[in-house]
Amino acid sequence: MLALVSPALLVILLLIVLPVGWLAWQSIYHDGFTLENYRRVFTEDIYWRSFALTFEISVAVTIIALLLGYPVAYLANSVPKGWSILILSLVVLPFWTSVLVRAYAWLALLQRTGVINQLLRYLDVISEPLALVHNTFGTVVATVHILLPFMVLPLYATMQKIPGDLMQAGASLGASPSLTFVRVFLPLSLPGVLAGCTMVFVLCLGFYITPELLGGGRTVMVSMLVSRNVELYNQFGAASAVAVALLLSVLVIFFAVSRFISLDRILGQK
Amino acid sequence: MTLKQNLRLGCALLGAIGFAAAADAAEQITFVSQGGAYQQAQTVAILDPSAKKLGITINQDSIPDAWPAIKTQVGSGKPIWDVVDTPTGYCLRGGEQGLIEKLDFSKIPNAAAMPESYRSPYSVSYEFYSSVLAFSQKTFPKDAPNSWADFWDVKKFPGRRALRNHPIATLEAALMADGVAPDKLYPLDVDRAFKKLEEIKPSITVWWTSGAQSAQLLNDGEVDMEMAWNGRVSAVAKEGAKVAFTYNQGVLQSTSLCILKGAPNLDTAVKFLNEAVDPVHQANLPLNIDYGPGNPKAFETSVIKPERAAQLPSEPANAAKQALMSYAWWSSPAGEAAEKRWASFMQK
Repeated sequence: MLALVSPALLVILLLIVLPVGWLAWQSIYHDGFTLENYRRVFTEDIYWRSFALTFEISVAVTIIALLLGYPVAYLANSVPKGWSILILSLVVLPFWTSVLVRAYAWLALLQRTGVINQLLRYLDVISEPLALVHNTFGTVVATVHILLPFMVLPLYATMQKIPGDLMQAGASLGASPSLTFVRVFLPLSLPGVLAGCTMVFVLCLGFYITPELLGGGRTVMVSMLVSRNVELYNQFGAASAVAVALLLSVLVIFFAVSRFISLDRILGQK
Repeated sequence: MTLKQNLRLGCALLGAIGFAAAADAAEQITFVSQGGAYQQAQTVAILDPSAKKLGITINQDSIPDAWPAIKTQVGSGKPIWDVVDTPTGYCLRGGEQGLIEKLDFSKIPNAAAMPESYRSPYSVSYEFYSSVLAFSQKTFPKDAPNSWADFWDVKKFPGRRALRNHPIATLEAALMADGVAPDKLYPLDVDRAFKKLEEIKPSITVWWTSGAQSAQLLNDGEVDMEMAWNGRVSAVAKEGAKVAFTYNQGVLQSTSLCILKGAPNLDTAVKFLNEAVDPVHQANLPLNIDYGPGNPKAFETSVIKPERAAQLPSEPANAAKQALMSYAWWSSPAGEAAEKRWASFMQK
């Protein structure tokens, strides 16, 4: 058994544990032991602002992705097999386009001379173009688009495992379809909701290209601070301290969530 | 094995591969620039002719931001690069931190003949570009903004604006908008610059981060005027967009050549450095791309036609209208403090 997993373990050790450990080490060691990098992260305003903004955006993205993703997963679950495959392929399709291309596509849609503003002006709905991008709004829209599959797929997987008989049982006991949904289906799908939300939330915390391109320079998420700090302080430690702080907050979230649901259900199917 | 040894082994292996590839050449160097059309233009104008003339092999590598790699390579004790073309500030900063070789100008006569403001103890100017005021000719068919004071004047010149999300050149523009003469900028009055920037901040639609982004903003009409690099603006104009720029109050910036501390082929690297800033090679660069030669003597070679020279940022008459960036100031403690202050300015 050990012989079989050892190549994988070695890869993980070489490509994940060592580099991350090296980064973490640099954040506390630079010509001697130092907590300067952490002092900065915990005392300077801009870090707090960035972390707060990052969490706000991540919460917003998670909620919107859930509201958009749940009906899609529900539909895919309740139609015949052929249709559900089609729906899921459409959900997964954007995966084959790079994040960069998708960010530029949103730019083409949302900017002042973009499709949406042009159309609204043509229809006389607005007289001045709306500020849809180069701000937090544009960042959230594009991020939701990119992360939606991570919401839909766990939801769908969970819904698949809910026996259809239960709905019929509910109906046979006289409950209306909406009551059956609220009392039976929704509670049973909650593990999927939690799994999807955790995935989307955690992935969103580390988003870089989308806020960089669509945030107009004002939407400074934590990942952008990481890259900025390499440039600003000329040492990796200043950047890795930010990364370690983000990593720790992710671990805290995972820990909190794992008290409600086992990690197996978030990370894999059982 | 310790981590450092690991790194050394990795670098040594990489070095061995590079060495094997050119084992038959007597002398060689590894030259690093920023890739793309820019590196291609250098290859034609400077690198290939230099290699031929010196009888050496120039191995090329490219990286958008060389600074972290310079730190890592020199830190490992066995750098694999010799000569780097990088923004001048990095050469100076690297020199102060012991990452860059100090140059012996008696061995680099072409550089020794250049004006002192075009070189430093660690670097030689390689090419010039400029941060200029660019505008849409659709929005401003006539009476276009022509100075940073105009850019700051949102009443007289209404329209959407963009600036670079970086203090370098932006603080200079703010001070010029506030009435400081282009040749009296340094040392920068940082407080005054940030105060002036607060004034324009609400009218800035986008703070751009990459040159490609600044070009896109102008090309798509997303902004009506912005600070951008001259080569980006002229590329957009060539594609047919109705945009133009002025060199008036531009900020003349450069990339420089410098040599990594402990470079594997130091002597050849010094020889190459001299050849790379040869006036004729330098004069050939702007025939291939919209950047100006780092050596002003290139304009005396008759390789560059007057019409072409007039378009270039470092052409003497154009240079006279602009502010020459002081990288020495930006890599001083005051400059570094200003750079750190930028982050809190942006997030307020």
